[in-house]
Amino acid sequence: MLRVCNLKTFFRIGAGLFGRKRITVKAVDDVSFEIGEGEVLGLVGESGSGKSTVGRTLTRLEKPTSGKAYFDGQDILKLSARQFRPVRRHVQMIFQDPYASLNPRLSVEATLAEPLRIHGLAGNRSEAREKIGRILERVGLEPEAMKKFPHEFSGGQRQRIGIARVMVLAPRLVIADEAVSALDSSIQAQILNLIGRLQRENNVSMLFISHDLGVVRYVCDRVAVMHRGRIVELGGKSRIFSRPEHEYTKALLGAVPRIPRFDYTGREK
Amino acid sequence: MPLLDVSELEISVHSTGGDIAVVKGVSFQVNKSGTIGIVGESGCGKSLTSLAIMGLLDGSQARTTGGTVRFEGTELLGLTMRERRKIMGNQMSMIFQEPMTSLNPVYRVGDQIAEALRQHRSLTRKAARERAIELLRMVRIPRPDERIDCFPHQLSGGQRQRVMVAIAIACEPKLLIADEPTTALDVTVQKEILGLLRDLQEQTGMAVVLISHDLGVVAETCDFVAIMYRGKIVETGRAEDVFSSVAHPYTRGLLNSIPPVDRDVEVLNEIPGRVPSIEQNVPGCSFHSRCTIAAGICREIDPEFSTVSGKHEVRCHFALGSNNRAE
Repeated sequence: MLRVCNLKTFFRIGAGLFGRKRITVKAVDDVSFEIGEGEVLGLVGESGSGKSTVGRTLTRLEKPTSGKAYFDGQDILKLSARQFRPVRRHVQMIFQDPYASLNPRLSVEATLAEPLRIHGLAGNRSEAREKIGRILERVGLEPEAMKKFPHEFSGGQRQRIGIARVMVLAPRLVIADEAVSALDSSIQAQILNLIGRLQRENNVSMLFISHDLGVVRYVCDRVAVMHRGRIVELGGKSRIFSRPEHEYTKALLGAVPRIPRFDYTGREK
Repeated sequence: MPLLDVSELEISVHSTGGDIAVVKGVSFQVNKSGTIGIVGESGCGKSLTSLAIMGLLDGSQARTTGGTVRFEGTELLGLTMRERRKIMGNQMSMIFQEPMTSLNPVYRVGDQIAEALRQHRSLTRKAARERAIELLRMVRIPRPDERIDCFPHQLSGGQRQRVMVAIAIACEPKLLIADEPTTALDVTVQKEILGLLRDLQEQTGMAVVLISHDLGVVAETCDFVAIMYRGKIVETGRAEDVFSSVAHPYTRGLLNSIPPVDRDVEVLNEIPGRVPSIEQNVPGCSFHSRCTIAAGICREIDPEFSTVSGKHEVRCHFALGSNNRAE
């Protein structure tokens, strides 16, 4: 479904006084992985590890330095903007900040109608409205939400709108970049369950980028651990979490604070 | 006498429809070298509580409208600025969540640490600088004699938070209030900062009020916890008691909604709905609209605290019994 080979994304940034010296930051340095049909791959790492840059490069929000990314056998990093347009419908992104990723001047209906129009998925307004109504229901929003604007919603509801905007296109690959990190834990659980349900129902493939190891364990089938631009360990979820091999993975897992779980007799499990 | 004694604290905010109480009847104590964790989701009033203790609410829209905050027996609410200054940054200090915005970008970190020392300890410039280097060493910043002349932007997020800790502990406070001290940091850095705070506590007997949304962080660092929901403490007690026999449905809901890192779960239990807005007047128990075991009484009468065991108290008409514990 998606095969990423030796992806490199470097940034040239200014350094020193007034940024006159240029240095190269190897944000993504020789990363390769595959995602199967209907599979969820977790990409974990700490800030600056390059995990977001991987997602942004695959959706062509950043230019790769080198490497290939085959989607249905076609290298999507090579395509021109025009050639990429039909592919974009199938490669969609859910962003972290539900406050920054919605246009405050567009109603929910307009927000969701735009991608439908661009990709020619709705013949006319009523057809679009019907599709939008259906997707809103699936993400757990009232039909009245259609006429409202982003500021009228809470963070969790906004993230539902962001998910609806992506899912209305029925994409085949969704890249979720810290999609639940800005949410409170009780709302986070709702959105995680929603993403999981939609992913299974539509059999979408997913690249789930997160710094939260618990969240990744819950959502993903396989996990790739990134550190300083490289994938240091990749494997099935149960193996990574129960028998981590790389020192960095061990350190990462060891640093997560644990909540004690007790059995009925009050003994720690 | 407890070091810090907060009793029936009430905080109100102005709104067009009149004052709204956003923190109601919050009481807790902290003893020397003790650590209390105040946990809750955004808007529950945990940060307002910490700001009120530090006297940082004045001038903003929120203000304290009731209750007492005693530090070593001295009432803090209503102190004049001059009196307050003797205590703040000296015997009591605070670290904030965002290390980038809480340090002054145009001063070298050494000068920012020295400021507290010169203010409260009347140290000379030279002595303050030496002490600042010592503090940077204590918070485990490598090459402190060089780092002291750095500007905040030259340091990483974790190092900046270490500098914040250094400023906060410069005058060896008896009480440290830490408002989400590690939320903006990576887990490996979080572990180091929390370990650092624990070591400092052991060395100096400092007490800590830790404000956090992260139950894991609180479970690992605090000996006492208070869980807040919509401005009220709904469950409180020794950490081991609360975590071993969760009594409030909200606490249990929170615990069950966190995906654990150490085991697989089939389905994550959600707390249905969302927190009613603060403008909304909710009669009865403030959690009833999202509670799975709410009954008629919950919609009418706001429960008082009842004792589960020892110091473990809960505000719930149907406090979860022993066979209802969090799994």
